[in-house]
Amino acid sequence: MANSHLTPGVVSGRLKAEAYHDNFSDKEPPFDAHEAAVAADRCYFCYDAPCVTACPTSIDIPMFIREIQTGKPEAAAKTIFEQNILGGMCARVCPTEQLCEEVCVREVAEGKPVEIGRLQRFATDTVMSKGAHPFTRAPSTGKQIAVVGAGPAGLACAHRLAMKGNDVVLYDARQKPGGLNEYGIAAYKTVDDFAQKEVEWLTQIGGITIETGKALGRELTLEALRDQYDAVFLGIGLTGVNALRTEGEDKSHVHDAVDFIAALRQSGDLGKVAVGRDVVVIGGGMTAVDAAVQSKLLGAEHVTMVYRRDRDHMSASEHEQDHAASKGVRIITGAAPLRIVGNGAVQAIEFAYTKETAEGLTLTNETFRLRADQVFKAIGQSLEGTPEGLQLSGRKIAVNGQGRTNLDGVWAGGDCAIGGNDLTVTAVAEGRDAAEDIHASLMR
Amino acid sequence: MADLSAEFVGIKSPNPFWLASAPPTDKEYNVRRAFEAGWGGVVWKTLGEEGPPVVNVNGPRYGAIWGADRRLLGLNNIELITDRPLEVNLREIKAVKRDYPDRALVVSLMVPCEEAAWKAILPHVEDTGADGIELNFGCPHGMAERGMGSAVGQVPEYIEMVTRWCKQNTRMPVIVKLTPNITNILYPAEAAKRGGADAVSLINTINSITSVDLDAMSPEPMIDGKGTHGGYCGPAVKPIALNMVAEIARNPETYGLPISGIGGITTWRDAAEFLTLGAGNVQVCTAAMTYGFRVVQEMASGLSEWMDEKGYSSISDFAGRAVPNVTDWQYLNLNYVTKAKIDQDACIQCGRCYAACEDTSHQAIAMNEGRVFEVKDDECVACNLCVNVCPVEDCITMVRVPGGQMDERTGQTVPDEYGNWTTHPNNPSARAAE
Ligand SMILES: Cc1cc2nc3c(=O)[nH]c(=O)nc-3n(C[C@H](O)[C@H](O)[C@H](O)COP(=O)(O)OP(=O)(O)OC[C@H]3O[C@@H](n4cnc5c(N)ncnc54)[C@H](O)[C@@H]3O)c2cc1C
Ligand SMILES: Cc1cc2nc3c(=O)[nH]c(=O)nc-3n(C[C@H](O)[C@H](O)[C@H](O)COP(=O)(O)O)c2cc1C
Ligand code: SF4
Repeated sequence: MANSHLTPGVVSGRLKAEAYHDNFSDKEPPFDAHEAAVAADRCYFCYDAPCVTACPTSIDIPMFIREIQTGKPEAAAKTIFEQNILGGMCARVCPTEQLCEEVCVREVAEGKPVEIGRLQRFATDTVMSKGAHPFTRAPSTGKQIAVVGAGPAGLACAHRLAMKGNDVVLYDARQKPGGLNEYGIAAYKTVDDFAQKEVEWLTQIGGITIETGKALGRELTLEALRDQYDAVFLGIGLTGVNALRTEGEDKSHVHDAVDFIAALRQSGDLGKVAVGRDVVVIGGGMTAVDAAVQSKLLGAEHVTMVYRRDRDHMSASEHEQDHAASKGVRIITGAAPLRIVGNGAVQAIEFAYTKETAEGLTLTNETFRLRADQVFKAIGQSLEGTPEGLQLSGRKIAVNGQGRTNLDGVWAGGDCAIGGNDLTVTAVAEGRDAAEDIHASLMR
Repeated sequence: MADLSAEFVGIKSPNPFWLASAPPTDKEYNVRRAFEAGWGGVVWKTLGEEGPPVVNVNGPRYGAIWGADRRLLGLNNIELITDRPLEVNLREIKAVKRDYPDRALVVSLMVPCEEAAWKAILPHVEDTGADGIELNFGCPHGMAERGMGSAVGQVPEYIEMVTRWCKQNTRMPVIVKLTPNITNILYPAEAAKRGGADAVSLINTINSITSVDLDAMSPEPMIDGKGTHGGYCGPAVKPIALNMVAEIARNPETYGLPISGIGGITTWRDAAEFLTLGAGNVQVCTAAMTYGFRVVQEMASGLSEWMDEKGYSSISDFAGRAVPNVTDWQYLNLNYVTKAKIDQDACIQCGRCYAACEDTSHQAIAMNEGRVFEVKDDECVACNLCVNVCPVEDCITMVRVPGGQMDERTGQTVPDEYGNWTTHPNNPSARAAE
C-alpha cells in the first residue's frame, strides 16, 4: 500500500507524483508581458526613491521599471545587473515586503506596493532565458584573486572582479557552487535548477575558475592562499548550527533544518524525501518557515512551528508567516522545548510557555506536549572553522565597510562577516563592494 | 433632478450628448444601438455625392498614443467619408428617424465644391426627415486632396460660399464643421456666419502622425510600408478644442453663434467644460469608440449630479458661464499672488514635486529629513508645476497670499487692488491707469 499523510513514522512517498510537482512549483509565477506592463505602469518614478534606499544593492528601481514600461526589459535587466549580478535570484528570494516594497510610496498610499520583485524577475528572466550576458570583461589586469565560498557573496565578488579584468579562482567546499541558493533556499522559490543556471550564466563573463570540493581548513589554508594570490575574499557563510541543548536532542529523527532542506533541494525526486506524519519545527526564522512549509508540502499531516518568543520577535516576516499558515502550518509562539521524548526515535516534545522578564526570557510552569515523529531544529546558524588570525566581532568575522578583515589582503562578506542582515541580497552587496575595494587596492 | 434636455438650432434632444459624425454613426445598426444606450442625437457619418462611393484603405486606419495602463489618450485615423452607397445611407437615416423622433439626427455632408453638387444632395437629405445638416469642412486626409473637407475649411471664402448655397437650397438648419488645421479659428468661423450658418461645430481632427514603426521606418498606421498623416482626436485634443470654442464664443463677430463642441470629450466633466465655454451641445467620437456606447450613461448621470449639486436646473443655467472669464493675458491680475502648499497628511513622499521644481523650475521645494517635502515661500513663483506632477489629487494646492501681506519671494507687500500688465511699470507701452 502506498503511503499517505496518515502513514505513521518518517516515510517518503506520502503524495501522488503530480502532487509533488504542484506543491513545489513556482511560489509566485512569473509575469507575462502584459502583467508586467500593467504592474510597471504603477511606478511613479519617485525622486531619490525610497525603494532604492531600501535595497541593499541599491538597484535603480524606478529606472528599471521605466525601462520595462518603455518596452525594453533588456535595458531594465542591465540596470539591475549593474548593481546586483544575482538580480535573478534576488527577484525570487528577497523578502521584498521587508525591503523595497515595504517602503514603496504606493504601499504607503494604498497598501499595494508596485510589485518590484516580480518586475525584476520579468526583466532578468528576459535576458537570462536568452543566455545573453550583458557585460564584457575589461582587459586583463594580471591579478589573481582567490574567492572562498561560492554562495551569493562569493559569486558577486568573483563576477565583479572578473569583469574588471582580474582572474578569479572560486573555491567551495561543497560539490556544487551556489551556496544556500543551491542548498538552502526553499525549493518553490527557485524552481527548474535556477541556482545552477544562474552560476553558469554569471560565469560567462570569463576569468572565473570554479573549484568545488575544496574547503578552507581541509584542502586549503588561508596562509597558502595569501601567498599564492594577490588577494583573498572569504564568503564562507554560516555552516555551523546552533545546538538546542535540550534533553533528548540525540534521538533519531531529530535533525538540523538546514540539512533537511539541503537534502530536499538535492533529492532530484521529492517522492523519495522522507517526512514525518507529525513534524515539529523549532525556531522562528526563515529557515524554520521553509522547513515547516516544505514538510507540509511533502505530505506531513501536522506541522507545527514553535518559537520561544512572541510573534513580533520572529525574524520570519509577516508575509512568510502568512505563507506558512496558508499551507496549513500551525505556529505556536512563546514556548520553548523542555525535553524530547522517545524510545530511540522521537515520539513527542515537551514545551514550556515562556515569559519576558527583566532578566530575559524565562520558562513558566505551564507546559504542553506535541506529538512528533520528526523534529527540525532551526534556531540559527553560526560561523564554523574560522581560519586562524582572523579577528572576530561577536560571532562573525570583523570587517570594515569595504569588507576588509584585520589581515592584509583578506576580505570577507556575506553571512560570515559582521554587518547587514543574513539575506541573499545583502551577501551580494557585500561581495560586490569588497570586489570594488580589492580591485581598487590592487590597482594602486 | 436636473433637466438635461437641450435645444440646438431648433433641434431638440433629450440630452446634449450627440455622437459625432464618424464610424459610430455610419449605419443604422450602430445608430439604433446608440439611441438605445441613451445618446441624445447623432450626426450621421459624412455622406458623399451619388455614384460609386469612396473606398477606404484595407490595412489599418488608426494610430494611437497611450498613457499609463495603456489608456488611450489620442487616436488618429485615415478613414474617409462613408464608403457605403448614398441610397443605402439615406434609406437607413429615414428608418431610424422615423423610429426615434425624439432624438436629434443630423446628416453630415461633403460633396465637391460646386453648387450643383450641393443642390443635388440636399433634397435627398430633406426627404429622410433628418433634423439638419452638418457641412464637413474638416476632414484633413484623402478628401482634402480631392478639394473637399479641410481643403474647403482652410479657405474662408469657400466656407462662406458653400454655406450660402446650402442655406439657399434647404430649409434645414446648417451647421458648419470647422477644421482646426488653420492658424486662426476665427476666420473660418466668421466666414460660416457670413454665409448664414445656423451654427458651427468644432473641432474636426488635427493633422498628425502618431508614431513611426522603427523597423519599417514608416509612419503609423502603416499601409504596405508607407503611412500618411491622419486626423488626431481623443482626450489629447480636448485642450485645443476648448480653446477654439472659447475663442469663437468670446469673439464679438461670432458672439452668439451656436457652437456644437467636439474634441476629446470623454466624461461628463469634459462635456460640462465645453458647455460653460460656450458650446450649446457636445459631440463625441473617440470616447464611444474606446469604451462603447454605454459611456453616455456616465456622462448623463455625472452631469445631472453636478447640476443638482450646483442648483442648475437646466443646461441654459450654466451654458456659456465661463466665457466672460476668458480674457487676454494682459488683463490677468498680476497682484494675485499664490504659493504652493503641500498637505503633509496626503503626501505619499514620492518626491516628484521636488524633482520637477528643483531640476526644472525654481528650486522652491525643500526635501527635509524623512522625505518631508516643503515649499519655500521665498522661492515659489506659483507656477503650479508641482501640482501637475503630483500623483495625489489635491495634495498640493495653491493658496492665495492676501493683499496687505508680504510676498516672501519679492519682499513686497501684495497690493489689495487689481493690477495688470497694461499698467505695469515694466511695460514700455503702459497706459496710466484710468
Ligand atoms: C533555509 C534558508 C532559507 C533562506 N531563505 C532565504 C530567502 O528566502 N531569502 C533570502 O534573502 N535569504 C534567505 N536565506 C539566507 C541566505 O541564503 C543567505 O543570507 C545567503 O545565502 C548568504 O550568502 P553567503 O554567500 O554569505 O553564504 P552561503 O550562501 O552560505 O554560501 C557560503 C558558501 O561557502 C561555502 N563554504 C563554507 N565554508 C567553507 C570552507 N571552509 N571552505 C570552502 N567553502 C566553504 C559553502 O559551501 C557555501 O557554498 C536563507 C537561508 C537559509 C539557511
Ligand atoms: C475614424 C474616424 C472617422 C471620422 N470620420 C469623420 C467624418 O466622416 N466626418 C466628420 O465630420 N468627422 C469625422 N471624424 C471626426 C469626428 O467626428 C470628431 O470631430 C473628432 O474625432 C473629434 O472628436 P473626439 O475627440 O470625440 O473623437 C472622424 C473621426 C474618426 C476617429
Ligand atoms: S508652484 Fe512652481 S515654483 Fe512653486 S513650489 Fe511648485 S513647482 Fe516650485
